[in-house]
Amino acid sequence: MDLTLKIWRQKDSNAKGQMVDYKVTDISEHMSFLEMMDVLNEQLVNTGEEPVAFDHDCREGICGMCSMYINGEAHGPDRGITTCQLHMRMFKDGDTITIEPFRAAAFPVIKDLIVDRMAFERIQQAGGYISVNTSGNTQDANAIPISKHAADEAMDAATCIGCGACVATCKNSSAMLFVGAKVSQYALLPQGQVEAADRVKNMVAQMDLEGFGNCTNTGACEVECPKGISLDNIARMNRELMKANI
Amino acid sequence: MALDSKVPEGPIKDKWTNYKNHIDLVNPANKRNIDIIVVGTGLAGGSAAATLAELGYNVKAFAYQDSPRRAHSIAAQGGINAAKNYQGDGDSTYRLFYDTVKGGDYRSREANVYRLAEVSANIIDQCVAQGVPFARDYGGLLDNRSFGGVLVSRTFYAKGQTGQQLLLGAYSAMNRQIARGKIEMFNRHEMLDVVKVDGKARGIIARDLITGEIERHSAHAVVIATGGYGNVYFLSTNAMGSNATAAWKIHKKGAYFANPCYTQIHPTCIPRSGDYQSKLTLMSESLRNDGRIWVPKNMDDVLAIREGRKKPTDLSEEERDYYLERRYPAFGNLVPRDVASRAAKERCDAGYGVNATGEAVYLDFASAIDRYGREQAKIQNISNPSNEKVYELGKAIVEAKYGNLFQMYEKIVDENPYETPMMIYPATHYTMGGVWVDYNLMTTVPGLYCIGEANFSDHGANRLGASALMQGLADGYFVLPYTIGDYLSDDIRTGKIPTDTKEFDEVEKEVKDRIDFFVNNKGTKSVDYFHKKLGKVMWDKVGMARNEKGLKEAMVEIKAIREEFWKEVKVPGSANEMNTELEKAGRVADFLELGELFAKDALVREESCGGHFREESVELDGEQKGEAKRNDKDFAFVSAWEYKGEPADAVLHKEELEFKDIELKQRSYK
Ligand SMILES: Cc1cc2nc3c(=O)[nH]c(=O)nc-3n(C[C@H](O)[C@H](O)[C@H](O)COP(=O)(O)OP(=O)(O)OC[C@H]3O[C@@H](n4cnc5c(N)ncnc54)[C@H](O)[C@@H]3O)c2cc1C
Ligand code: SF4
Ligand code: FES
Repeated sequence: MDLTLKIWRQKDSNAKGQMVDYKVTDISEHMSFLEMMDVLNEQLVNTGEEPVAFDHDCREGICGMCSMYINGEAHGPDRGITTCQLHMRMFKDGDTITIEPFRAAAFPVIKDLIVDRMAFERIQQAGGYISVNTSGNTQDANAIPISKHAADEAMDAATCIGCGACVATCKNSSAMLFVGAKVSQYALLPQGQVEAADRVKNMVAQMDLEGFGNCTNTGACEVECPKGISLDNIARMNRELMKANI
Repeated sequence: MALDSKVPEGPIKDKWTNYKNHIDLVNPANKRNIDIIVVGTGLAGGSAAATLAELGYNVKAFAYQDSPRRAHSIAAQGGINAAKNYQGDGDSTYRLFYDTVKGGDYRSREANVYRLAEVSANIIDQCVAQGVPFARDYGGLLDNRSFGGVLVSRTFYAKGQTGQQLLLGAYSAMNRQIARGKIEMFNRHEMLDVVKVDGKARGIIARDLITGEIERHSAHAVVIATGGYGNVYFLSTNAMGSNATAAWKIHKKGAYFANPCYTQIHPTCIPRSGDYQSKLTLMSESLRNDGRIWVPKNMDDVLAIREGRKKPTDLSEEERDYYLERRYPAFGNLVPRDVASRAAKERCDAGYGVNATGEAVYLDFASAIDRYGREQAKIQNISNPSNEKVYELGKAIVEAKYGNLFQMYEKIVDENPYETPMMIYPATHYTMGGVWVDYNLMTTVPGLYCIGEANFSDHGANRLGASALMQGLADGYFVLPYTIGDYLSDDIRTGKIPTDTKEFDEVEKEVKDRIDFFVNNKGTKSVDYFHKKLGKVMWDKVGMARNEKGLKEAMVEIKAIREEFWKEVKVPGSANEMNTELEKAGRVADFLELGELFAKDALVREESCGGHFREESVELDGEQKGEAKRNDKDFAFVSAWEYKGEPADAVLHKEELEFKDIELKQRSYK
């Protein structure tokens, strides 16, 4: 396939960015999107130009690092995947593809397609944990029976990879799907109960502080989430918050 | 320098307890005056950082990603072992110890492995307390499955995302300490060298990957937890950023590098499809619990499948060669990784590979779907279920167990593995070699520690499944936090380590000079060009099968690639900004040295053992005919290499391995 790429280039967080056109040729439909980007970058290096900076690491959909906005969608067309799992078979010869960074006020651009997602870190530091000592003096694991249903539901919430697609795709740049998933994981488990009220209050307060928008139940986040995190988690977070405030 | 493993005296089952009872402790008030640097925040580094902070030390933690949660540990799929004997199938500390030593082909240190087995049960307790959502059975208790190389069910798992959940557990423990100010986290920072003062590790030089700034950080001890070096092959199951830089740099500053030639080739990866490929994807080994591995018996069928005239499902049972079940009846599809990998390569080399490149075998779930379907029909009281019903019920069970893996496979290969068998082939996965450490996990440099995949100690020549996660967390939560105290008890009066000293000046200058070289070199070839070239030599001549001639050639070829690299490499952009090519250049430069030492180590080891098959060393007759031949008489040692300039000049030190509690014997899975 031969393709035209329109890519956001921005030298650093202070510079003004712009879209730049590139051509790539001989792209195989079996390549992943990031392998196609590798081809482009190899081409740029060979001509002495700076390659396009983009975040990626595991390349198997689990680290949450890759974060491109492709043709107006977080992680591109195709559902339930990250950019590293997007395959070129989703595109056609001659296509023009627009590639931008995740855009949200709380995710400033660092360079080209790389954004700063530290806001997510700070939200988790505000309470996304169970305050257990790491000394190894904990009770036997089977002394805390957990129903299979609760464990499975907690696991579903815990599969969030912290990629930020939910924020990038939301018209309000809301982080509620992410925070909802985190709150839910612990709210569903007996170990998380003791601090549940403080946890949800602190995490939500930090989320607001970071400048994420509010949820207006559009549901775009759920559609774009690569891990299928459901809107139920937002509802659960709201319930937990209400409970905590009574 | 003679190698002292510092293994405590006494019976093996009491060593760790006695050791803990007799080490020097640092009192809590004094811990506040001690700084520790932890480089790497995967399972090993993350758990260590959290625990050290919990104990009261001041921790500075470093990672090259934007968050600790993205460390490569996140990708581990299958599970984590622990000798809990929850299933009542006869598991015990001793049995886990025994399986691990045997699985490692008797090339690991007995005392370390015993300690690992001993603390394994604590790991599960710790993680459950942290809220790790392990799989549960209907009674609410923890569920287990089994993994290659063992006969009990001791593997704990969280769907196919065990590494992710364990890492998020350690990460949450870190977050708690970050919030308390006990851990200072440096994301997007890369350690580029270690600084020694009076022979002791006292700090590091790191680069802020956003601004390009070179920073000095001091501490009373430095812990390296930077993972494995599998990317020396270019293609591997590792994350793109996984690298050997920190381990290699400390090697150059005096830490011995042990068993570099021991890499694990994992049997169940998605086969390579073309030259553009950037990495290989693992399909968890847990799939071998239910999947059966085969290739066609007849060459005609192989050709028909390759040419698309036949589908694998067209072949009857009789037309298939379930070669693992045939060769290893006791373990069948659950033989250890090295055995399964070699057997796949043997069939493909003999021409039976089923895809276009001839490098793939089938992993088939049809009989599992059928078996589960019939079982479910019984459970649900459905008499005379139709074949469709059986398939539907069975598929639901397989989906519950491995759904995300099947989905991943389908995304990559564009084929539905419920309907047609998966294609798999071995790929480089894990490195058992690494920085040499003693029982305390300290390297040959005082105050410099190494934990997790980056060290060498626990897995021998071959790692059994689900034991890397166990080792990472054992080191980080339960071992290092004790052993480091023994060393640090001498440092309570030292005070802050200054960074404005000549030692820091010197190392910083080395680091800066090298970066300046890269951005100013007027070369013509990209970093990836060299990395791919290195990878090809490594796979062809230092891969699963090796021989003397190939290894000697590899050493010469790698050296030549290295020389060309330093002349011709081209790195666009500047040093004072985010520059991803510059990051890669530094890492590949280190791989180009490590690769040569790797080949040299393989050359010395004239025996087949674990993941590596020395073609000159094969069993010629008896029950084991054709299997790899280990040589305990001459090679029951750890090779620990001392840096002397060029990798070819490295000096070999041997740590003789003693097996007092386990009898050294031929590994048989027949
Ligand atoms: C696909 C896959 C599946 C696996 N499945 C299993 C399984 O089911 N069970 C099992 O037991 N094992 C499994 N393993 C192996 C296991 O995941 C790893 O061995 C283990 O997670 C390594 O942990 P670690 O903490 O040592 O290193 P890592 O998790 O690799 O962490 C390395 C850390 O070091 C940092 N770092 C590296 N270099 C630098 C530097 N120079 N400066 C600063 N920071 C640096 C990184 O940022 C990262 O934080 C699997 C491995 C892979 C690849
Ligand atoms: S909720 Fe989904 S989209 Fe949002 S960060 Fe988590 S995985 Fe990504
Ligand atoms: S690179 Fe890890 S999720 Fe895409």
